[in-house]
Amino acid sequence: MKAVCWEGRGDVRVEHVPDPSILNARDAIVRITSTAICGSDLHLYDGFIPTMEAGDILGHEFMGVVEDIGHGVTNLKRGDRVVVPFPIACGRCFFCTHDLYSCCDNSNPNAWMAEKFYGYSASGLFGYSHMLGGYAGGQAEYARVPFADIGPFKVPDHLSDDQVLFLTDIFPTGFMAAENCNIQPGDVIAVWGCGPVGQFAIRSALLLGAGRVIAIDTVAERLAMATAGGAETLDSMDPDVFYKLRNMTGGIGPDACIDAVGLEAHGPHIDFVYDKVKTMTFLATDRISALRQAIHSCRKGGTVSVPGVYGGFLDKLPYGAAMNKGLTMKTGQTHVHKYLPRLLRYIENGDIDPSFVVTHRVSIDRAPEMYRTFRDKQDGCIKVVMQPY
Amino acid sequence: MNHRERINVGRVERWLSMIAGGALAAYAVKRRDAPGGAAAIAGAALLYRGATGHCDVYQLLGVSRADRPSGGERGEGTGIIADRYSDTRQQLGGNRGIHVEESVTINRPISELYRFWRDFENLPTFMEHLESVSMREEGVSHWVAKGPAGMQVEWDARIINEVPDKVIGWQSLTGSTISTAGSVNFDADPHGTRVTVHMQYNPPGGRLGAALAKIFGEEPNQTVREDLRHFKQLMETGEIPTTKGQPSGRRSSKARIRTAPKARA
Repeated sequence: MKAVCWEGRGDVRVEHVPDPSILNARDAIVRITSTAICGSDLHLYDGFIPTMEAGDILGHEFMGVVEDIGHGVTNLKRGDRVVVPFPIACGRCFFCTHDLYSCCDNSNPNAWMAEKFYGYSASGLFGYSHMLGGYAGGQAEYARVPFADIGPFKVPDHLSDDQVLFLTDIFPTGFMAAENCNIQPGDVIAVWGCGPVGQFAIRSALLLGAGRVIAIDTVAERLAMATAGGAETLDSMDPDVFYKLRNMTGGIGPDACIDAVGLEAHGPHIDFVYDKVKTMTFLATDRISALRQAIHSCRKGGTVSVPGVYGGFLDKLPYGAAMNKGLTMKTGQTHVHKYLPRLLRYIENGDIDPSFVVTHRVSIDRAPEMYRTFRDKQDGCIKVVMQPY
Repeated sequence: MNHRERINVGRVERWLSMIAGGALAAYAVKRRDAPGGAAAIAGAALLYRGATGHCDVYQLLGVSRADRPSGGERGEGTGIIADRYSDTRQQLGGNRGIHVEESVTINRPISELYRFWRDFENLPTFMEHLESVSMREEGVSHWVAKGPAGMQVEWDARIINEVPDKVIGWQSLTGSTISTAGSVNFDADPHGTRVTVHMQYNPPGGRLGAALAKIFGEEPNQTVREDLRHFKQLMETGEIPTTKGQPSGRRSSKARIRTAPKARA
C-alpha cells in the first residue's frame, strides 16, 4: 500500500510498504477514505519530537471503513464506517475507566521510553514517535487499529467525510481546551493560535457559553476564519497584545487563555529570539512565547488551558505570575473517546459543521508538497485532507 | 573451589594475622640473620592467611572459623529465605546477590491475579526471558530461561511460602546451578490490586553466570518492571500491545523483499 513516511527532518515521502495485518485479537484493519495532516505533524516534520525513525508511517487523523477484525472485536463488523481517535486506549485500565483515555496505562508498548522522559507514560498514539508507541499512522491506504472495540466510532452515512473526519483529533482537542476553561456565561476567552485547533477552540468556547472570544494570530486568512467563527481578533506580532487585551476587558484581563500554538511559537518580542537561538543550539527544547503571553495576560484567578503540544523542558516560564495570580493550569493530550457522542450530536444538530476548516483536498501522492505548504502557511493553507485512492 | 568457599578464617582472626605477620616481617627486615629468616617465613604465612582468609592448617584439620552469613529475615511475609539452612539462603543472605523490588497496580480482582500467577506454567506468557516452567511434583517446578546465543539456563525451584490471595514465595533447590529466591505479594488497593515482586539471585561464575547476568540485563529492576507491565496488560486487556509485524517504510534489505510483491502502484 501507499503510505506517507517520515524520512528525517523536513523530509516526508510517499512509499510503498506492506499492508498491515491483524497482530492481536482486539485489532481491526481500516481501509482509509480520508486522512488529514495535523499541526502537530509539523512538529515531527520540523524534528522537534524525539524518537522518530526514518521510515515511520505518519498520520493520526484518519477515518474509513472496517476491512477486517480480530476475534476479540465484537462491536464492529466489516463495512462499518468509522472515525478513529488519535490516542490508543485499552478501555479497561484505571485511567480509561475514569475517562482519561489519553492517559491509558496499557497501550504504549514503549512505555519505558516515555517513563525516562516523563516519569510515567501516556497512551500510545498513531504515527507519533516511538516514545509514544511507535504505531504506524494513518496517512496510508490502510491502518491497523489496536483495541478496536474501544477506539473506532461509527458515524452515520448522511454526514460527509469532511464533516466527521475532525472528530479524530482537532474538534475534540479544541473542545477540551474550551471545556478546561470552566467557562461561565459571558466569560471572555483569549485564544492564541488560529490554526485548526484554535478555530475549533473558538467555536467550542462560544458553544459552551462564552460571551466573547478574542483570537490572536498573524496570518490574515486564519484571522478571517476566526472572525467568521464569531471571534474578535488581534495581531500576534503586535507588541501591545497584553495592553490591548487589558483594555478590551476593562482592565481585568481575559477570564481564560487558551494556548493553541505549542512549542514552535513565534512572537514580536526578544523572548522569541532567545527561544529560537536556544532551541537551534539544542540548549532548549521548546519555543514558548505564546504560553508566556497567555500566562502574563490572564486575569487573576483565571485559567490557562494548553492544548498546544510541548515536548521537553520549558525555559523562562513565568511561573511566578501563575502562582501569584492564582491561575489554574489545565493541559493534556485529548481524551477523544470521551467527547465523541456529544460532538457528533453538535454536528448532527447543525450547531457546527467542521468542514469549514478544510482549505486543501488532495491525493495522498501530494503529501510531501502539502507538508511544506502547510508548514510555510502558503497558498492560504489551514487544513489539508488527503484521499489515499 | 571458589574464593568464598576457601575462606576458613574469621574476620577478627584475619586482622590479627595481618598485624602479627606485619610485625614479624618488620622484625625480620631489621635482624637480617637466621632467626630473622624464620620470623620472615612465619610472618609471610600469617600475612597470606590474613589477606586470603585461607589457612592450610585449618584446612588439614577440617576446621572452619569463617563468619556465617548474617542475613536475617528480610521483608516479613515475603517468604524469602524461609528455608534457614539451605545453600540458597547462604548464597543470598545478608547483602549478597542482587535484590530487586518492583510493584504494579492492576485493575482486576486479587483472586483472579493470584490464580493466574500460581499456575507457574502461565508465567512465560508475560515474562520475556522465560522459555517454560513445568511442574515436577507438588511444590517443585522446573524453570527454563532463554540465555544469549540460544543458550538455555535451567533450574529447579520449590514453593516455600503460600497464602492464597496473599503471597507466593519460592526458592531454588539446594544444589541448583542458580541460586534464586523470590516472592510475589497481592494487596488490595483503591485502584485495583497491588502486585509486588521481590527477587534475589546470585549469578554463579563462569559462562552460566554471564548468561544469567545477560538475562536480567544491566538493570535487573527494568527487566522485572517490564515483566510486571506485561502481566498488567495481559490481565487488564487480554493481550500484550505490540507493533511487531506492522508495516514501515524502513529500507532494510528484508523490508524491501517483503514489500516488493505486495506493492500496488
